[in-house]
Amino acid sequence: MSRQPYVRPFSKTTWYMRNGRYKVYMLREMTCLLVGFYAFLTIFALAALAAGADQWNNFLASQQNTAMIAFHAFALLYFLFYQTFAWFKLAPKAMPLQLGEKILPGSIIVIGHYVAWAVLSAVIFWLAGVI
Amino acid sequence: MELEVMRYDPEKDKEPWFQSYSVPCEDDWAILDAINYVKDNIDTTLSYRWSCHMMVCGSCGMMVNGEPSLTCKTFIRNLPDKVRIEPLENFPIERDLVVVLDDVMQKLHKVQPYIIRKDDPPEGKEYQQSRGALAKFKQYTMCINCMCCYSACPQYGLNNDFIGPAALALAHRYNLDSRDQGKSQRLNILADHDGVWDCSFVGACSEVCPKHVDPAAAIQQMKIDGAMEFWKQKMGFPGGDS
Repeated sequence: MSRQPYVRPFSKTTWYMRNGRYKVYMLREMTCLLVGFYAFLTIFALAALAAGADQWNNFLASQQNTAMIAFHAFALLYFLFYQTFAWFKLAPKAMPLQLGEKILPGSIIVIGHYVAWAVLSAVIFWLAGVI
Repeated sequence: MELEVMRYDPEKDKEPWFQSYSVPCEDDWAILDAINYVKDNIDTTLSYRWSCHMMVCGSCGMMVNGEPSLTCKTFIRNLPDKVRIEPLENFPIERDLVVVLDDVMQKLHKVQPYIIRKDDPPEGKEYQQSRGALAKFKQYTMCINCMCCYSACPQYGLNNDFIGPAALALAHRYNLDSRDQGKSQRLNILADHDGVWDCSFVGACSEVCPKHVDPAAAIQQMKIDGAMEFWKQKMGFPGGDS
């Protein structure tokens, strides 16, 4: 009797379509495209700022049309769902906390992240003069 | 219930194919009971692994409707009337539902899953360990090597050199053990390209794990450990062996 193990094909280009779990993972990874976009946007903003008041005001105006506002709103929601919420949920895996003999429930770490997020957001809003 | 089972006979078949069996199931049966029924009453040529039927031996891992599952733990009452059974994904098929596990066996060995000491063991008595020290790693001792995690891991599917979830979780189990002093010895293997850094945290391994070992957590913790050790060594601090 001879051994002839059969190796099933594994598509390097479409594997993530195989189940919902992989699709959600890819949606999370695709936030890198938005990160890239905002990195370029920041460079453009800095270049406009360095070029003088007119250029800066033009840049600000270019961000205030309906299409750009809709895009920024989409990007914010996309980040919230597939980056912020997703990583906050996974945070207890990377840093479990132990008190004496007990490993603390992950929810404490997750809540800690949300509290830190709220405090930092409030500081940014305060610095920006919103509150 | 209709069972669609993947068949592969290396002496006859060029590639796997599906065979359907009608199985009169009881409400309290697990998928493994249905497969055993086929073997005992319908088709004695069907090959598959199983032993304990109580989530201990880790032999009966298979794909159940595309999900890596321990078939003794997967109950028929929670499934539709038609169920597709395949051998675990990401492994070569030896025959029918039996897969080749040689690669993972080598990887389990490679991570040195045993207590490594630099000094001599205590003479005439056992190592002592507090309950708190045990709690740090106990969850990672629950692995039964069913290999459902490897089957769920797309990184292992893409790159078979990746050490993978169960072996890395096992390494972490020993790294966290207060009796062990082998962390820096394992670091070269774990921090290698095919070690923890090949994991992109899909998290599927932990979701399918029938024993709630959470290998994804172990790997993320090892990434932090590995980075800390790297900087400690760069800055001339002694290694982190306990």
